[in-house]
Amino acid sequence: MRYDPGLAGFSAGETRFERIMKRIHIDIPLFAGLVTLSGVALVILYSASAQSFDVLLRQGIRLLLAMAVMLAIAQIHPRHFRFYSPLLWGVGVLLLAAVLVMGEIGKGAQRWLDLGVVRFQPSEILKLAVPMTVAWYLSECPVPPAFRHVAVAGVFIAIPVGLIAKQPDLGTAILVGAAGAVAVFLAGIRWLYLLVLGGAGAGLLPVVWHFLHDYQRDRVLMFLNPEADALGRGYHIIQSKIAIGSGGFYGKGWLQGSQAQLEFLPEKSTDFIFAVVAEEFGLLGCLGLLAIYLFIIGRCIHISLQAQDAYTRLLSGALTLTFFVYVFVNTGMVVGILPVVGVPLPLVSYGGTSMVTLLAGFGILMSVQTHRKLLPG
Amino acid sequence: MNIRAARRFPNDVRVFQSRIAFSVVLLLLAVAALVARLVYLQIVGHEHYATLSQDNRVKIAPLPPTRGVIFDRNGEVLADNVPSYSLELVPERIDDLDATLAELQTLLGLSDEDVRRFRKLRSQHKSFESIPLKMRLDEEQIARFAVKQPFFPGVQIAVRMIRTYPYAELTAHAVGYVSRISEADLKTLDPSLYSGTYHIGKSGIEKTYETLLHGRTGHQELETNVQGRSIGVLNTVPPIPGADLRLSLDITLQRAAVDALGDYNGAVVAMEPATGRVLAFVSKPSFDPNPFVYGIPKADYDRLQASPDRPLYNRALRGVYPPGSTVKPFEGLAGLEVGDLAADRKVSCPGYFQLPNSSHQYRDWRKGGHGAVDLKSAITQSCDVYFYKLALSLGIDKLSEFMGRFGFGTRTGIDIPGELPGVYPSKEWKKKRSKYPWFPGETVITGIGQGYVGVTPVQLARATAILANRGRVVTPRLLDGVQGGAGAAPEERRREELAIAPEHWDTVIQAMIDVVHSPRGTAKSIAGGLAYHIAGKTGTAQVFSVAQGQKYRESEVSKEMRDHALFIAFAPAEQPRIAVAVIAEHGGHGGSVAAPVARAVMERYLSGSAP
Repeated sequence: MRYDPGLAGFSAGETRFERIMKRIHIDIPLFAGLVTLSGVALVILYSASAQSFDVLLRQGIRLLLAMAVMLAIAQIHPRHFRFYSPLLWGVGVLLLAAVLVMGEIGKGAQRWLDLGVVRFQPSEILKLAVPMTVAWYLSECPVPPAFRHVAVAGVFIAIPVGLIAKQPDLGTAILVGAAGAVAVFLAGIRWLYLLVLGGAGAGLLPVVWHFLHDYQRDRVLMFLNPEADALGRGYHIIQSKIAIGSGGFYGKGWLQGSQAQLEFLPEKSTDFIFAVVAEEFGLLGCLGLLAIYLFIIGRCIHISLQAQDAYTRLLSGALTLTFFVYVFVNTGMVVGILPVVGVPLPLVSYGGTSMVTLLAGFGILMSVQTHRKLLPG
Repeated sequence: MNIRAARRFPNDVRVFQSRIAFSVVLLLLAVAALVARLVYLQIVGHEHYATLSQDNRVKIAPLPPTRGVIFDRNGEVLADNVPSYSLELVPERIDDLDATLAELQTLLGLSDEDVRRFRKLRSQHKSFESIPLKMRLDEEQIARFAVKQPFFPGVQIAVRMIRTYPYAELTAHAVGYVSRISEADLKTLDPSLYSGTYHIGKSGIEKTYETLLHGRTGHQELETNVQGRSIGVLNTVPPIPGADLRLSLDITLQRAAVDALGDYNGAVVAMEPATGRVLAFVSKPSFDPNPFVYGIPKADYDRLQASPDRPLYNRALRGVYPPGSTVKPFEGLAGLEVGDLAADRKVSCPGYFQLPNSSHQYRDWRKGGHGAVDLKSAITQSCDVYFYKLALSLGIDKLSEFMGRFGFGTRTGIDIPGELPGVYPSKEWKKKRSKYPWFPGETVITGIGQGYVGVTPVQLARATAILANRGRVVTPRLLDGVQGGAGAAPEERRREELAIAPEHWDTVIQAMIDVVHSPRGTAKSIAGGLAYHIAGKTGTAQVFSVAQGQKYRESEVSKEMRDHALFIAFAPAEQPRIAVAVIAEHGGHGGSVAAPVARAVMERYLSGSAP
């Protein structure tokens, strides 16, 4: 691809293609990783959706849409993110509250906001708004942040997390909380505070347990002993384990997974899609998929380390690690080392809003990477 | 770009870098845990989970075989499989089940019980399964539903093969019937052989040859999804249909026997003497076996059970009757063979018999006696006194042993289950059952087939066949041929010969011919117009014991107390092709009631004409 004989030497090691990509604010390695992952995801989804072209088409359109959002966001200078961070947070929390109130009226769980044309989950906004706001706030604080700074950041996290948990959407609440917590951790919170907070969190567990809904308690309980109720609550986990285990090293082959194709595997195109990968492509396929994720995460860590100010550093670091948390919470749940919380496998699971949010996050990272100014020295 | 902040806190880059480094370590640990778990599941546990996954998806569905058809000797179908139409509902395809049920109930006139039964079945089945609401739809119901079918999505008329007995009452006691497999059946049969089969032979031929008739169940390995719905066939082992059975029974003979019995209850068994093949096997009254296939309503069953005529009772097989005088030819043979009886020695018959030192009079059926009678005329005229004396001179044990050779007191081994052995007493037999010793008087009455003696009609027919065969012992059997099927037809029993001198056969058989064809014979009334000779023997079995000095007058005793009329016969006497035993319950005299029945059956068989 090194096509540019005429302009060679204009900028050492950069081809014309790379320059063009940089100008339109695309980070090539990250973009390549995401495109590869999306392609692989569509192949997996085709199998997991019982060979539905309809599902494939819809997911493809969503991907393209989300990619467009990503590229659009990549054009925005990071200082604008910084400026609008608290505003976005405020709007998100207001929408969450609005959804809750409507849910009260409508009786039952309500996560969606119907804007007439589009329906979306306000909690998705907070997946970005919380780390942005924490990064915005703590980037202005000394390192390590004082206790009050941590406390203020904690409020920025706790309010949306509480509202989302009340919907109730435990999975998203955990992810939003994790995004904020990661930002606080990267901002250099003292280890002592971390320990105290961790201890307090552990102490609060019984209280949290008390406020959990029955189905949420069930999920935790069945994680502890899935075989106790093989045809009832533990069914997801057991069937998932059978799918993974029966895949073996090489897998049963694409479209050949009996667990997946015969509908033994619940939610196989959404939350449990990783089990389809494990069944049809085996350990090899799982490692391959994890490798793609790790490549993307590695590139993002590289971007955050190169970031030129505290805000972009914290934000990109938090987004990166949160992305890993997504991957780990989902795969850990599917393989049975974490409880079943409704978290999709990022970019692979079938579903709409979360994909837009995710790629919007990568848009921020691309923006951070491609808006750097060359620093002297 | 916020260089201001970077300037203010110059160490935050290093802190950030160390935090990232720490996070990467955690991240790698998490990935390691994930990979370890995957290795554990996919490499270590692979075999275990592969097995589980296989079990998950393969379901075995039985393919029940078609039950064999049963024919009579002329190819008339006695037991068939016919499609039965049932109304079935697939709940998942019905929007409003309650409304649909209500509409169907009014449309087809279904009972509340039908709906209740359906709801019970509904709870036991998955919603995509077809559940019967009403079995055995009649034609009007089928027509009514067919018109409205478009308005009932998820409701359909399904066809199931169901056993039917076209001759109903006529064959119930011989062919038997199938019925729902019961809890008790399940204890004795291999469930895997009967998966998918709902009926099993409960009596008669249907029970004896159950294995042959049933065939072998096949199966399909179905690939199923999580709801148990089959989505593909992996492998099919087709069922082997049950064997078709041809019986030696002749349905026209069966009908002739029933018709000839007229109003009397009783039994008729006709056999081919040479082979033991059963030509007619009648127990009257009978019942319609068809309701038993579906499950007979309790009220109907109770009615059958409570009926004083006992239609469910297989008289031919299980009815133990006093044989009366029908035993006389056999006893004559005993006297000739194992006693010192000379056929031409005359015995005087004064009309009664007294044991020494006893005032008890054993009466002859003819009040004035038969005068001086030899064996032939004693059989022809059925002289009781002659046989009182014969029995007494032989002694019960010798008599019992000899009669045993003709199968008295033991089961014939006919291929219908449930046969009773009857009784032919001996001293040993009584010792086991009573604290009293054997009395000579008991020998006396045994001589005329009364007292403890009890025979079944099938036993009597078989003994007659042995007589007709001049000693060749045969086992009565209905099965004549097996076509197709998985199993082999059972071996026939080895035939044995009774060693009895030919002149003794001649004497007794001639006497039996005289019973029908001589002017003094007790069954002379049936001789007219016969193109062949019938050898027969009448019997009149006492049901009601007449007190000493009293006279038995038929008109004076109620029907239940009247004597049983018996007749045994074979024909043509010289070359027997049919042997018959007839019992007409409370028919009175054997010669006038039972003998015409036997003649009708023989005429039907030998001349092919209606009696």
